Amino acid sequence: MSNTNTVDARGLSCPQPVILTLNAMKKVKDGDIVILVDTDTAKENVSRAAKAQGWEVADIQSEEDGYSITIKKEG
Amino acid sequence: MKNVLSTKWGIIIVGIAIGILAPLLQLWGNPANMGICVACFVRDITGALGLHRAPVVQYLRPEIIGFVLGSFAAAYLFKEFRPRLGSAPIVRFILGVFAMIGALIFLGCPWRALLRLAGGDLNAILGLLGLAAGIWIGTRFLSSGYNLGASHKTYTSAGWIFPIIMAFFLILMLLNPQIPGEPQSGILFYSVEGPGSMHAPLIVSLIIGLVIGFLAQRSRFCTMGAIRDLILFKQTHLFSGIVALAIAAFVTNLVVNQFNPGFIGQPVAHSMHFWNFAGMTLAGLAFALAGGCPGRQLFLSGEGDGDAAIFVIGMIAGAAFAHNFGLASSAAGATPAGMAAFVVGMVVCLLIGFTMRERV
Repeated sequence: MSNTNTVDARGLSCPQPVILTLNAMKKVKDGDIVILVDTDTAKENVSRAAKAQGWEVADIQSEEDGYSITIKKEG
Repeated sequence: MKNVLSTKWGIIIVGIAIGILAPLLQLWGNPANMGICVACFVRDITGALGLHRAPVVQYLRPEIIGFVLGSFAAAYLFKEFRPRLGSAPIVRFILGVFAMIGALIFLGCPWRALLRLAGGDLNAILGLLGLAAGIWIGTRFLSSGYNLGASHKTYTSAGWIFPIIMAFFLILMLLNPQIPGEPQSGILFYSVEGPGSMHAPLIVSLIIGLVIGFLAQRSRFCTMGAIRDLILFKQTHLFSGIVALAIAAFVTNLVVNQFNPGFIGQPVAHSMHFWNFAGMTLAGLAFALAGGCPGRQLFLSGEGDGDAAIFVIGMIAGAAFAHNFGLASSAAGATPAGMAAFVVGMVVCLLIGFTMRERV
């Protein structure tokens, strides 16, 4: 079963975007998570943390206020 | 475009660059084991402006100006300038105040702690252990929901304020240049003896500051984040940067004959082991709660983060308190007033950590 969850980490300073992403990973276990961030630093940190946990960074969209990162893990 | 400097090798290269440039700044005139010290240099700027009147630590350090303006340039060049503010500014101000007070009990920021160790000052080991202890306390709060809330997007001009202040400082310096042997030039104060009198030529300091500011903005170099991520996420990315800095500085010191191992008689340092540890515990906790070491706060200020700028202004206020009230240590050691300020600072930081948690 696939789940889609959204984490809004825009405006949060280090290391909140990573903490929120890790919390979401623990909750959903597998499926898709969309993380919204507003800085390049947060984009890099979230992508790095996701890969370290065995998730795939499936897509990064540039948006007006930052980025929308989609990470994926097959169940 | 891929950001090469934010990769593992990128951050190692930036650490090596800082590790080589800082001891060279010392060789070219900066104080011993203080090629770069963000806390000390912000303190010196506070003195140059007359906000404290400790005569030996007054100089408008161009490195700090360069850090902010270098980061500002990098942020604009790579389209990362994002003006933002509004995440608990009063809290960040207070954290800046106590971060500075803690750092001045130890006599150095995390950068200087690494540079002191690389110069053979073994007292720095206590400082670095204290730093790690303070950051560890901070990670406990982060794990249990500590969060200062989101900033929001603001006007471009608001993001320009702090870089403009730094450019204004540079203009002040050019209009009020140092006069040899004189403690004052126009409105600026200059040290005629002590660490504040020791500095590399203005243009050298400024250029190296700009280069480091540029590189650090691209690489997100952060000493506090290095230890925090290691404890919190078991991640070694930023940590590899500070290890690279320490090793490069050690080798550079050996090459230019600046390595003098020992505990006693180290430059701008004291050997009260407990207070070296305690001062940096307070500083480390304040950095962790604010989300960055003093250097990182300067680089963030340069890319438009108004909350980081408030932290830096807090550090300026903290430096003024530290010297006006006799809280800062000297080579003779920590002061009774400094010890009292440590207790107050720990209580304040712990209260911030305990009371500013969202439910998780």
